[in-house]
Parts: sequence; structure tokens; C-alpha cells
Amino acid sequence: MSDETLVKVQGLQKHFPVRSGLFGRVTAQVRAVDGVDFEIHRGETLGLVGESGSGKSTTGRAVLRLIEPSAGSVHFDGVDILSLDSGALRRTRARMQMIFQDPYSSLDPQATVADSVGEPLRVHRGLRGRARDDAVVELLETVGLQARHLRRFPYEFSGGQRQRICIARALAPSPDLLVCDEPVSALDVSIQAQVINLLEDIQQEFGIALLFISHDLAVVRHISDRIAVMYLGRIVEIGEAEQVYTQPRHPYTEALLSAIPVPDPVVQRRRDRIVLDGDIPSPLAPPPGCRFHTRCPYAMDVCREVDPPMIPMAGGGVACHLHDRGPRLHGRSVLEIEPRSRAAEPVHANVKP
Amino acid sequence: MTTATAIVPGLTMERRSTFWLRFSRNRSGVIAAAYLVLLTAVAFGAPLIAPYDPLEQTLAAINQQPSAAHWLGTDDIGRDILSRMMYGARVSLIAGVASVGLSLLIALPLGLVSGYVKGPLDTVIMRFADAVQTLPALVLALTISAVLGPGLRNATIALAVVFLPTFLRLIRGQVLAVREETYIEASRSIGTPTFDIIRHRVLHNIASPLIVQAAVTMGFALLAEAALSFLGLGVQPPSPSWGRMLSSSYTYVYTAGWQIFIPGVAIALTVLALNVLADALRDSLGREIRTS
Repeated sequence: MSDETLVKVQGLQKHFPVRSGLFGRVTAQVRAVDGVDFEIHRGETLGLVGESGSGKSTTGRAVLRLIEPSAGSVHFDGVDILSLDSGALRRTRARMQMIFQDPYSSLDPQATVADSVGEPLRVHRGLRGRARDDAVVELLETVGLQARHLRRFPYEFSGGQRQRICIARALAPSPDLLVCDEPVSALDVSIQAQVINLLEDIQQEFGIALLFISHDLAVVRHISDRIAVMYLGRIVEIGEAEQVYTQPRHPYTEALLSAIPVPDPVVQRRRDRIVLDGDIPSPLAPPPGCRFHTRCPYAMDVCREVDPPMIPMAGGGVACHLHDRGPRLHGRSVLEIEPRSRAAEPVHANVKP
Repeated sequence: MTTATAIVPGLTMERRSTFWLRFSRNRSGVIAAAYLVLLTAVAFGAPLIAPYDPLEQTLAAINQQPSAAHWLGTDDIGRDILSRMMYGARVSLIAGVASVGLSLLIALPLGLVSGYVKGPLDTVIMRFADAVQTLPALVLALTISAVLGPGLRNATIALAVVFLPTFLRLIRGQVLAVREETYIEASRSIGTPTFDIIRHRVLHNIASPLIVQAAVTMGFALLAEAALSFLGLGVQPPSPSWGRMLSSSYTYVYTAGWQIFIPGVAIALTVLALNVLADALRDSLGREIRTS
């Protein structure tokens, strides 16, 4: 892993207009992604986590410009991809590929494996016929499939095999970046590990940077170098995987972590779990101040009024008033707040100096 | 490499063999297809196999009942009905295939663009389709034929215009559904040019409903051509056509009643065969294996 920046995302926004009435007037905006900044280094895996509706997938698609961002910039290897015309964008797409969540719908049901996996080879390298088939066989073998699968159709494969086909297709143009949008969520648990390991092997072998989108922190921790946590269209915490996992700085990260079951019934029963009240607020009208204050166990007055800025810290940053106002954590983990105090009492008194 | 023999560039053997396997199990579909193949062979082999010249008049033997000399009898001016049916089949088939083909030729690019690109062009194309559809099909066909003048070619053009909105709507609707599929987004993420996506991904996935609709419409075209010829706007005398024969025999329905049944039954059978074939195609062209 080098420190060279491959992808630089700044102030990324994607708002979907809500139209209503006879003339389709825009009456509201769904702020799916509302000001996101991050970087991905060459050969690195950045995990992007958050619950449903937090804007993870929209962020992933906007990075590849599969949807047009409303504002912000995305630089890929120094080039602003939002400024590219369609031809240049298509050529650049060879270097940034995507793996979709549902391996059943992301393969053309009418196309053979050779046709699907060969598509990038045909489009970007002009390979056809035997040359294409030979290259496809090589890719299939990389992902653990065989040459005999070449002429088969998607319906003849299991979910795990289909996702392997999708991975082979994504590898075909030798990309520098692979955006994986919940690549294992649709698969059986027994198959998930195989596909995750395959992605890891491929990343190590080819040095591809991964943007790994998932709602499953355990999976993300396993594969990621760094983790970004999204809530309601914003990144609330970003940092080294181990730090985010063991020393979370944001209350939302803490809540996400506490939702992961521990594979030990005794420990699991004794755990002091944080259960967030209610659902994620509507991105049509995000709460004022800190977006998380409606569900935050530590919410202070300031959180209801002032939107916390991203505070840069070692290995990343956090957007939370616990670190710049109120009880000053100064980058220390929220876990240091005494567990007992979490519910009723004001938190100020219980923070260690 | 063991697969060396299996690799035939550009050929997807599996797709075809699955289709034939499923189609061959559909008995009525096979019978309908056989009937249509036979009809086509008779229509285009008519000069070789027809017992008489379809235009040859034998005024000494008019309105004769079926006999050994004239298997289906003779018409009002003594022409052999069997021979005229054989030649007339050609007109009916050409009118069906050509009008549907012409209509598809226009509807396919327009519908694909309309559904995939959307935007103002879509609005223009679909409003045009709406406008055409406000007129009753036969009235529209009659009007166009009347303006262009009678004849097989003009009747075919008129029918093609009548079929246009149906095909446009079907294609556009299918494209609208397919364009939202993840595999289209996957193709976009690969960097495949739009035209390439439409040709390789969209077209393949809208083909089966389209083929079925084409077969059904051909049945309708056959009827419509008969109607136009019946009204004197299709094939001009003395050329034989099933619709024409229907209209002339109708005059003698009390004196030589069997005559009207010959083109009538032929038209009904052919339309039925096309519909049965369409059904069989629909069942066999599915994208996934159906377990039943």
C-alpha cells in the first residue's frame, strides 16, 4: 500500500428532486449524499459503512459518475472525472469498475459468461473471438471458475458463482479502483467468506484499491485498511480500521459496533448494548445541528443547533461535538464515557479528565 | 485445452438448443409451424404445382362444384379455385410479412431511442403514436390506401402505418423496464458505448415479446389485407388474393355457397396457426428455464 492518492472526493452531494403536481414542480430535495469528503490511496481498501438510507450506495455510484453528483468534485488519479466528456469518461471507466449487490440482476440473463465477462475486453481492448475467449478463460480461472463455464448462461450458476463472474468481469479491464456495493449481502453466509477472501486475494495480487460498501461492520473490519462511517448523507467518522473498531470516536459508530453480536452467549448476555431509538430521520428534512442528535445518547444543547465540522485527527477524523465542545474527548474514544451514565444523567460529570 | 472444440466464435449453441428443445415439445406449436411452412412452400411453388393457370377462364364451366378435374371447383368466370388459392396465398403471406416487417423496421429504432434516451424525442414519438391510435385501425388503413391508390404495395404500407403505434408502445415499454436493470448499469460502469448497450443488452432482452407480437400481428395483417382486397383497395383483379376471392364469391353465396368457405377457411386456419405459433414461441423463448 502506498500513500499516493488515487481518488479524492470533496464536498460530494447528490440531491434527488421530489416532483409533484401537474407540472412536476420540484417541491423537495432528498439529500441522499450531503457533503462527503474522503480519499482512497492506491491499493488501499476503504470500508464505507452505515445503515440503509445513509447514502453509501449513492456515494459509490457518484464516485464512478454512474449518477451525476449535484455538487462537489471527484478526482481520479488527478483527473476531475466530473469534467470529462462522455467519450473520455468511458475510457476512464476501464480503470474504475464496480461490483453490484445483486449478482442475479447484474448479469444479462440472455448473455453467456463469455459475452458478459468479455464485454470490457471487447469495448476497451477490441478483443473478439478466440482472443477474447482465451482472455475470459484466464479471468475465470483467476476467480475460481473453469473454462467449461464459458458458454453457460447466468441461470445455470449459484449466487456465489455469479458474483465470481461479476468479479471476473470487473477485473477484465485491469482497473485501479473497484467499487464493491454490498458485494456479499445477497449471498448465503457460507458463501460470503469465500467471496470476501477472493476479493482480498485479488486486491493483494493486483494492487487494486477497493471502496467496500457494506452495512456489516464485521465484514468491513476484516477487509478494510480504513473505515468511513456514514449517517444520513454525511461521513461522521473516518479512521484506521482497528481504531474505528476498537476505539470509536463517534457515538453512532459505537452504536453500530454494539449491534454486532459476540459469538459467546455469556458475554453477549452481559454486554451493555446501545439500542438506538427510532429510525434514521428522513433525508428530505435532516434534523438541524448534528444529524445524529435525535438518536444520540450523549446529545447536548449545542448538538441541536450547530452542525459539527469534521475534526481532523490521527488517521482520519470525526464530526462530533464531544470532541470540540462539551465534554472534551479530544479524539479519545467515546467508550471512555462511563457506561452507567449513558441513559439519564448529563454526561459532563462522568468523562474522565 | 479441452474446450478448444467447444469454442465457436459468435455462436451460442446453448441458447438455440434450449429453444428448440422447448419448442419441439409443444405439439400444437409444431403443427402450426408445419402448416405455415407448407403454406409458404405451396404459395411460392404455385407456378410449379398449380393444376391450372389462375387467370385462365373457361366460361363453359362456371361455378362448378368440386370435382376430379377441379378439386375445389371453379369460380364465376370458370377459373380453377385451387390454383387461385395457391397463387393467392402468396399475396396474403407477402402482405402479412411485409407489413409487419416494414412496421418493425420503423418502430424498432424509434422505440429503442424513445425508451432508452427518453427526453423530448420520446414525447414527440409517443404523441405521434397516440395520434395514429385515435383512429380506428381499419378506417385508417382504408384512408391511407385510398390516398395512395389501390394495390398490394400501398395496402402493405397502409397496414404498416396501422401497426406502428402498437409496436412502438411495446418496444418502448419493454426498453423502459430493461434500462433500469442492474446489468444495464453494469454495462455503463464498464464504459460500453450507449449504442453498443442498446444493441447487445437491450435488444436481446426485449426480443421475445416482440417476436410474439409480430406473429400475432401477422395474423391480423392477413385479415386486414383480406378486408382491404374485399373492399377493392388491395390486390387488383384479375390477380388472385384470398380477400378478393372472398368478395367475389360472396355475390354467389346463394347459388354456389361452398365457394365462400374456401378462402374463409384458409384465412381462419392461417390466422389460427400464426396465433398458436405465437403462443408456442412465447413459451419457448423465456429467458430462464421453466420447470413444469
